[in-house]
Amino acid sequence: MKQLKVLSLPYLVWMVIFIVVPLLMVAFFAFTTEDGSFTIENISDVGQYANIFVRSIWLALIATVICLLLAYPLAFILSRMEKHKQGTMLLLVMLPMWMNFLLRTYAWMTLLGNNGIINNLLGMIGIGPLKLINTSGAVVLGMVYNYLPFMILPLYSVMQKIDKSVLEAASDLGCSFRNTLFRVIVPLSLPGITSGITMVFVPAISTFIISRMLGGGSNLLIGDLIEMQFLGNSYNPHLGAAISLVLMAIILVIMTVMNQFSPDDQVLI
Amino acid sequence: MKRKLLSLFLLPAAMLNLLSGCASSEKTAEEAEEEITAQTLTVSDPDYYTRFKDDGLSINVYNWGEYISTGADEGTLDVNSEFEKLTGIKVNYTNYATNEELYAKLKGGGATYDVIIPSDYMISKMIKEDMIQELDFENIPNFGYIMDNFRNMEYDPENAYSVPYTWGTVGIIYDETMVDMDEEDIDWDLLWDETYADQILMFDNPRDAFAISELLLGYSLNTENPEELADAAEKLKEQKRIVQAYVMDEIFDKMGAGDALIAPYYAGDALTIMEENDSLNFVVPKSGTNLFVDAMCIPVGAKQKEAAEMYINFMCEPDIAFANIDYICYSTPHSAAFEMLDEEVRNDPISYPDEELIAERTTVFVNLSDEANKRMQDLWTEMKSAEDETTNKWLMPAFLVLCLATVVFVLIRRHIKNKKDIF
Amino acid sequence: MKKLSRIYVALILMFLYVPIFVLIVFSFNETKSRSVFSGFTLDWYARLFNNDIIISSLINTLIIAVLASVASTILGTLAAIGINGMRKVPKAVIMNVTNMPIINPEIVTGVSLMLLFVFFAARMHLEFGFVTLVIAHITFDVPYVILNIMPKFKQMDPHLYEAAQDLGCSPFQAFKRVILPEIMPGVISGFLMAFTYSLDDFVISYFTSGSTSQTLPITIYSMTRRKISPEINALSTLIFVVVVVVLIVKNIIENRQAKKRGLYRG
Repeated sequence: MKQLKVLSLPYLVWMVIFIVVPLLMVAFFAFTTEDGSFTIENISDVGQYANIFVRSIWLALIATVICLLLAYPLAFILSRMEKHKQGTMLLLVMLPMWMNFLLRTYAWMTLLGNNGIINNLLGMIGIGPLKLINTSGAVVLGMVYNYLPFMILPLYSVMQKIDKSVLEAASDLGCSFRNTLFRVIVPLSLPGITSGITMVFVPAISTFIISRMLGGGSNLLIGDLIEMQFLGNSYNPHLGAAISLVLMAIILVIMTVMNQFSPDDQVLI
Repeated sequence: MKRKLLSLFLLPAAMLNLLSGCASSEKTAEEAEEEITAQTLTVSDPDYYTRFKDDGLSINVYNWGEYISTGADEGTLDVNSEFEKLTGIKVNYTNYATNEELYAKLKGGGATYDVIIPSDYMISKMIKEDMIQELDFENIPNFGYIMDNFRNMEYDPENAYSVPYTWGTVGIIYDETMVDMDEEDIDWDLLWDETYADQILMFDNPRDAFAISELLLGYSLNTENPEELADAAEKLKEQKRIVQAYVMDEIFDKMGAGDALIAPYYAGDALTIMEENDSLNFVVPKSGTNLFVDAMCIPVGAKQKEAAEMYINFMCEPDIAFANIDYICYSTPHSAAFEMLDEEVRNDPISYPDEELIAERTTVFVNLSDEANKRMQDLWTEMKSAEDETTNKWLMPAFLVLCLATVVFVLIRRHIKNKKDIF
Repeated sequence: MKKLSRIYVALILMFLYVPIFVLIVFSFNETKSRSVFSGFTLDWYARLFNNDIIISSLINTLIIAVLASVASTILGTLAAIGINGMRKVPKAVIMNVTNMPIINPEIVTGVSLMLLFVFFAARMHLEFGFVTLVIAHITFDVPYVILNIMPKFKQMDPHLYEAAQDLGCSPFQAFKRVILPEIMPGVISGFLMAFTYSLDDFVISYFTSGSTSQTLPITIYSMTRRKISPEINALSTLIFVVVVVVLIVKNIIENRQAKKRGLYRG
């Protein structure tokens, strides 16, 4: 099969031009001024926006934890269903993912508005109107709603592989439910947990649509900040590139940490 | 130029007048019908428009959202498709929400546009940075319709680069039934009024937002003084807590549906929204405001300059200019279109404030120095990213604790693993 | 316990579906209100079909998705075969780079491609629009194709290819008769994945599109930033219906095939 190596040549060329070079350009822009001379000012300017980074990480973290808490039991229940039911249920869970995420986020705009349906219903029973939209809570909700299936899928796929007999053995040997959960199920599903976390956290930390549509423009995230520098209200691609670089660094660190938790230290995406 | 008149089988202007937009007054059906037969859309010199008919050209038009008659409401004219039908030139029409967005898109390079419609200060910035090119007014005979007082404006003193499209003022749209104040007493500080916390919308672009803050503080809205800009930013930061959302055209829905009570916006759009929601009113605050002119320009690098000029000329056809302003409700610098408006609209103080008000209360934006622009942008980003005080207190410590916990966890895990390996 | 878990599943499904059903219901609303249902109408659907911008961006989206997914499937299949034959170190390096567009936040990929295209645009006659969109889509599609195919090689006997050649097959024949059938399921799932990602992508397209060739997600985005028309609800409903139909058909086909296989075996 070795002589087939040449077949990958077109892709290798493509990869260098459209994956490697663009990333190098981001780095180049991050370290240069408008006239092309070297500077680290862009990177140090990113420090000004430390609070946006902290908020993005924080909100993405909350969303990830909520996703994990919601998805874990669901994935377990799904994996214990009868085989033919599992397929249908999985389909039902994944189906909303096939709608464009802009439309899904828009749906929440409709629901959460001050005169939206939720507030109308609450009004009928004499509560509110509550301030739902344009809050950081709404942003987290948007993240959970959009990325929940990303958590369910990897969890389900590892749990499905846990044999029923393993669980039975545990309880036969006198494990309480709690012990079975923490000593058997969780360790066995660890790869699913780590890949689920990265699959939710990465898009959540870098989104700009959810914060724009549900956050009312006052809950800026890293994504908004980057978008603002390239296509938005404060044009400065050099700063934008620097922010992108820092974002990549953060994600790299998180991935490394996540790999620590993975049993075989393998990357699971 | 020889003026041939051609009747086209387009929707009669009178019908537009009846069914759409702010200009419509109550007319009886009979009257309307009469006008329908009497008036048809005419363009001057059809030969001019059919020059490129078979060349398969296309032009890229980049305009503000909700800033052209689209035919979305029944009986209105779809200006772009009429242009396509008449000239055979395809129009690729896309939207931006702020001048700054337009600037970024053009400055970034890559995308080429043939016609753009920036505002005054942005036009002078673009002239300065060689981003738009001089027009050939031979190709835009309809420029003759532009009123004298809208020619050779400060932003384009020689009037070489731009053809005015609309103008208007910025003011406050508010819900009369909920905001208990006399119209005359309303000033920009209404946007800082705690009583209406979370019911206030604010501009989502630095220039307009800073202008409001500067006017409130009694500064010029063209100030370049770093301290004054810092003060204005501080004022905006103060307001942030009670602002429901920073928006641009999202305002149509939010104000229309009563999701918010108070918002600063452009007069023309205010009129459109007021049609949807009766309880709204629009007022120009007493401490003054910004008067803007948006004009059509051709960027450097446009692929089809002549076709672009044709488009600009088409937009200045009386019937088209009328259809547009009738639909978007902005004020027009076009003499013929102005004449076609209803008496009522022409005398509407919102669209056409008297000259005294314009002279006393309004200021036109001028382009700021690069330094001041940069400062304003930085302050703006800082303001937008500023944390509510309430969340700020626990956010950072919580984050640190979390980081620490993770590190400790990793270390312990490694430790355990190493131990296991030893045994 | 069983009851509890049923309730739990039902609640999650409600959370996932209620917003979509609200969208669907309000697509039939007579007025533009998004909270009060006042009467039934199909007007918004009629308008949707007359909306040139939406229709043309739908067509663009389909063309771009087809082109990008076909190109990336070819490129990716060849690449996977080649990479499989490599030694450990180069293989690891290439796979790590290939993973980049998947691991990286979409916005970073979008921005990096935008910078590259701007660089080209300034020096060559490259205009943001159709070409840049197709290139960008291929770039983020290929890794998914490769990742779908690579595991198939693990299941395959590495000596089969050589055996085929020893038995007189030309390299091309061996490739066509031996390798391709083995990896075909991976190629197909890779293609489908690439196609759906292409259809759905907003962020990367947002940074690489120009004045022409808007894709549907970009059009939707600009619709949500203006006066919102219930046409967007009608559009959501139609997309939802299409998705449901496609998935059901896919499931039926798969079930049939599974049954057939069962029959043959039995």
